[in-house]
Amino acid sequence: MRFVDEFRSGELAQKLTREIVSLVEAGRTVKIMEVCGGHTHAIYKHGVEDLVPPEIDFVHGPGCPVCVIPMGRVDDAISLAERPGVIFTTFGDMLRVPGGRGSLLEAKARGADVRMVYSPLDALEIARRNPDREVVFFAIGFETTAPATAVTLLRARTEGVRNFSAFCNHVTIGPPLRAILESPGLRLDAFIAPGHVSTVIGTRAYDFIVSEYARPVVVTAFEPIDILQAVVMVLRQLRDGRREVENQYTRVVRRDGNRRAVAAIEETMELRDTFEWRGLGWIEESGLRLRPEFADWDAEIRFELPGVRIEDPKACQCGEVLIGAIKPWECRVFGTACTPERPIGTCMVSSEGACAAYYNYGRLARRRDRVPV
Amino acid sequence: MRARRSKLRDEIVTLAHGAGGKATRALVEGLFLEELGNPLLEPLGDSALIELNGSRVAFTTDSYVVTPIFFPGGDIGDLAVNGTVNDLAVAGARPLFLSAGFVIEEGFSVADLRRIAASMARAAAAAGVVIAAGDTKVVERGKADGLYVNTSGVGLVPEGVVLGPERVRPGDRVLVSGTLGDHGMAVMVARGGLELEVDLDSDTAPVNELARALLALGGAVHWMRDPTRGGLATALNELAVQATVSIVLEESSLPLRPQVIGACEILGIDPLYVANEGKLVAVIERDSADKALAALRAHPLGAQAAVIGEVHAEPEGLVLLDTAFGGSRIVDMLVGDPLPRIC
Repeated sequence: MRFVDEFRSGELAQKLTREIVSLVEAGRTVKIMEVCGGHTHAIYKHGVEDLVPPEIDFVHGPGCPVCVIPMGRVDDAISLAERPGVIFTTFGDMLRVPGGRGSLLEAKARGADVRMVYSPLDALEIARRNPDREVVFFAIGFETTAPATAVTLLRARTEGVRNFSAFCNHVTIGPPLRAILESPGLRLDAFIAPGHVSTVIGTRAYDFIVSEYARPVVVTAFEPIDILQAVVMVLRQLRDGRREVENQYTRVVRRDGNRRAVAAIEETMELRDTFEWRGLGWIEESGLRLRPEFADWDAEIRFELPGVRIEDPKACQCGEVLIGAIKPWECRVFGTACTPERPIGTCMVSSEGACAAYYNYGRLARRRDRVPV
Repeated sequence: MRARRSKLRDEIVTLAHGAGGKATRALVEGLFLEELGNPLLEPLGDSALIELNGSRVAFTTDSYVVTPIFFPGGDIGDLAVNGTVNDLAVAGARPLFLSAGFVIEEGFSVADLRRIAASMARAAAAAGVVIAAGDTKVVERGKADGLYVNTSGVGLVPEGVVLGPERVRPGDRVLVSGTLGDHGMAVMVARGGLELEVDLDSDTAPVNELARALLALGGAVHWMRDPTRGGLATALNELAVQATVSIVLEESSLPLRPQVIGACEILGIDPLYVANEGKLVAVIERDSADKALAALRAHPLGAQAAVIGEVHAEPEGLVLLDTAFGGSRIVDMLVGDPLPRIC
């Protein structure tokens, strides 16, 4: 397919691989965190790890929006979905995420009206077509999906759609990265920063990683060629002793991001003092809620929620996976008690979760003999 | 021979149990096989094979609940006929007789029902089968999503035809009769709400002629399936487990329409898991693979046929994909419905 195949070319990949091999120091591991679940998914889907030398260690970061939603918030979502008269709309990924009392998929089977949508605008359309029902949208995601929620809220207000509301769980990418960089014993050499989030917030948003933590950052797109090129860029920075925010995704990402998208978020949402992240705990100023002007469309204000905090399951090591302290398969329940069909931790649920991606695509011993040198 | 049976640990049935992946397997093995198990049912093939007065009879059934009822390239009627014809054909049988059961929702249009029946008649004629028995039920408004159709079918397996996972050997080649994922994506697009402008027809068609062309090669044909719900990936995963082999696919060999690749990219769905309704996948002895490919391609429905992979001894029970990019990955059993990714 045009515009996709070019970024999956085996020939180009081999060229980049040779360059990577020439840039690594034999025996010296370079730990690169790919922040975004989209990158994790692409790495496994295309077998990128098969093409890089063993010195390159991809550490899968916290950028899977589904994986970071704590169980208590899932229970809140289920309680909204089970309210009589409510149509609960959600992205497909959230359907199977386990809360303290099952998943939305199970709530649906028990009779709740849960519908999968591709966009919050679809949820708004459902609200228009069902004026006698309350339509709630499960708003999740980083700055990537927040603008779509924001635009939907603005439209709901303009059009006076009163039976629509958003259950806001949007989060921002900066604070968890800082939390990871502050965690003791962390050994990350560089970051592959998310592409789509950066489309909105710009490459400027990562300056602190360079200025305060002296780690190279490369904002990167989602095709396998992009990821290999980002590895080359990281290795060159390390070789040259440079610490910069570089942009591999120049075809889309700008230094200042998309100001209109940011403006839409700022018009409709504001930072919470603190927000709970699955596995990472409470992180200050990391979550968004609707502004008071949008109280009429705020499900947290319009409906009573249990708001019960649920501890992550004891056996679950999602937190350590999310900060890159352990690999998915090093978790004590990986592939045994915790599988995609019976996930304990959310990293196993979304196809972008480090554990599910590894379980689905990566359980093979790396076939290193295939690496062309 | 068969690997450990799946346990059903759920308390209620969810849509995941109907999607053809691991949850479906748990429901079928952990409940239905436990209660109804017998030697005929146990192999869980596309059709049961029954010895009757010296003949081998293939017997199968399938229910159709597709929405929308009419979709580009077909409707619930020809789908119901072709689906059952195909389950018989890939068991090596010549399909002969079908039954048709209709569960109709109160208020359903008679004109639409006639259109569906006519489409069934055409499909039956094309496949050379007779619809010999039928049943009609009408249920209250809101109880049946318009129309559900069940078809059952019987066919005769010619002498000498022996197919099954136990015949699959390392070195065998894997063939498909044409492009993958057309039906599933056509229906998904036709459901609307995606606002995708994609010109794509379902592939619903009888594969009995294709199966017959392959069976003419004799004992070189080791195994056949029609990769419907759950797609090629699910069919091959079941084979890998049952035959205790590994199946290695070559991504660059997979026949895929550009429209399917495009829609799958946008929706974050893997075409390997998307349903086909007019394709067969076959495992053929290595030395006969070229002949089998030629036999498929000689038929209009097999023009896009391709050799897509081969059987290896290890790692047992796994389907692997060598990516066009130069890496490799596991193609696992699907857990639930293919859920689109959000970003």
